[in-house]
Amino acid sequence: MTINGYMRKNGDFGTRNHVLILPTVFCVNGVVRKIVKEVPEAVGINHAYGCSRGGLRDIEILFRMLSGMVHNPNVGGVILVGLGCEVSNSKNLMPHIQDAGKPIEIFNVQDDGGSLKTAEKATAAARQMLEKVNCQQRVPMPWNKLTVSMKCGGSDAMSGVTANTALGAVSDWLVEKGATVMFGENTEMIGADHILKRRAKNEQVAGWIGKMVEEAEKLTHDIMGPLAGLVISPGNMDGGMSTIAEKSMGCIFKGGSSTINQVVDYGEVPAEHGLILQDGPGNDGDAMTGMAASGSQLIIFSTGRGTPIGFPILPVIKVSSNSKTYEAMPDDIDINAGILLEGTSLNVLRDRIIELMIRVINGEKTKAESNEMDAFTFMTVDPPF
Amino acid sequence: MDNVLMIHPRDNVVIALRKIAAGEKVISKSLETFTALNEIPSSHKIALRDIASGEEIIKYGEVIAVSTRTIRKGEWVHTHNLESERCKK
Repeated sequence: MTINGYMRKNGDFGTRNHVLILPTVFCVNGVVRKIVKEVPEAVGINHAYGCSRGGLRDIEILFRMLSGMVHNPNVGGVILVGLGCEVSNSKNLMPHIQDAGKPIEIFNVQDDGGSLKTAEKATAAARQMLEKVNCQQRVPMPWNKLTVSMKCGGSDAMSGVTANTALGAVSDWLVEKGATVMFGENTEMIGADHILKRRAKNEQVAGWIGKMVEEAEKLTHDIMGPLAGLVISPGNMDGGMSTIAEKSMGCIFKGGSSTINQVVDYGEVPAEHGLILQDGPGNDGDAMTGMAASGSQLIIFSTGRGTPIGFPILPVIKVSSNSKTYEAMPDDIDINAGILLEGTSLNVLRDRIIELMIRVINGEKTKAESNEMDAFTFMTVDPPF
Repeated sequence: MDNVLMIHPRDNVVIALRKIAAGEKVISKSLETFTALNEIPSSHKIALRDIASGEEIIKYGEVIAVSTRTIRKGEWVHTHNLESERCKK
């Protein structure tokens, strides 16, 4: 049951040792692609946004996400590719990332001779950085240095019965081991706030939970108007969900039944261990970026319909809720919780997921990693102008 | 083979793992076998014991609803015989 990771200067441990090619703005995505084509061992991110997203909250999120990718323990070194005139240019980003304790090389297309010259210089730097980073060996890693995020997406009627029940059992096991487990998706908590509050460590955490769910519910009504009721839709009802509390429990249950020790903002790194709630969106891409920015080194992701999506710097373990999806997408789903419907006990399934998780922590690639299925998007709150 | 799943030991409903016909046996290693009183669609709830009107419906070890009438052991539990705690407030 030993797990091994890459130790960082600040005492964090990575389950991966990536050289990350990080664009500060989408204007330079093409430069990142050129670098990764030449240095395929490096991991490139495709930035989702440009400037002109001026709200203070959006700028806060933008800096937190970029800085979060640099700080993530799975990243051993960073080639930062900027344009020059963007809000999040390297000069403005530097105060947020200089404490990361890992090599960071900076290139700017407007100063380094245009896209092609920049790509050429950055490619050489990436090769050098890889040589150095690849020298590092895995060492035994304490469980309390591990943060696993639980996510569900492309759910079906069995997600809350099989897959999320299994994820919940894994969550409880991890918390018992001293690890940190994070879950979020605030719109999926509507109607279950009283249940979550009861599980809060103290009054303050309960207050945060109440505020978070209240805001999520208000936002849902603001956006969807009379359709807000569709958060529990006729499809949910057909699937056996009778109340919104029941539907929300099916989602929340993947976090297990431990005490909730802290509520963190979207992309914020938790100060506590154990079970942590992230006040973030349910959208698969936006949620995973927030979890990575919060320092997760691994995501376990349940799916009913079958989504292939992963994340650039994190292994994402896909757990299907039913055998049909597992058999239909053998190259995308890592493990099948549908076997619960076929006579396997929850304890056996839990242990199989734990065994797979340990192999993945120790370096085995997930299906999404092998297939390079990833996205990098993050929540924005104001429209662009 | 089991045709229902009990998610949490506190629960008073179990989940059908496939469609269960009226009169069919409800089977789980963790339970004594009983009979389904209605047809139960896959992934829907079955009462594990008699539930009085106004009693809490417990799934995931948590209150997910309140019954609106007496529900007999083996009966289908859904929107026709329960209501949301929220809506009662």
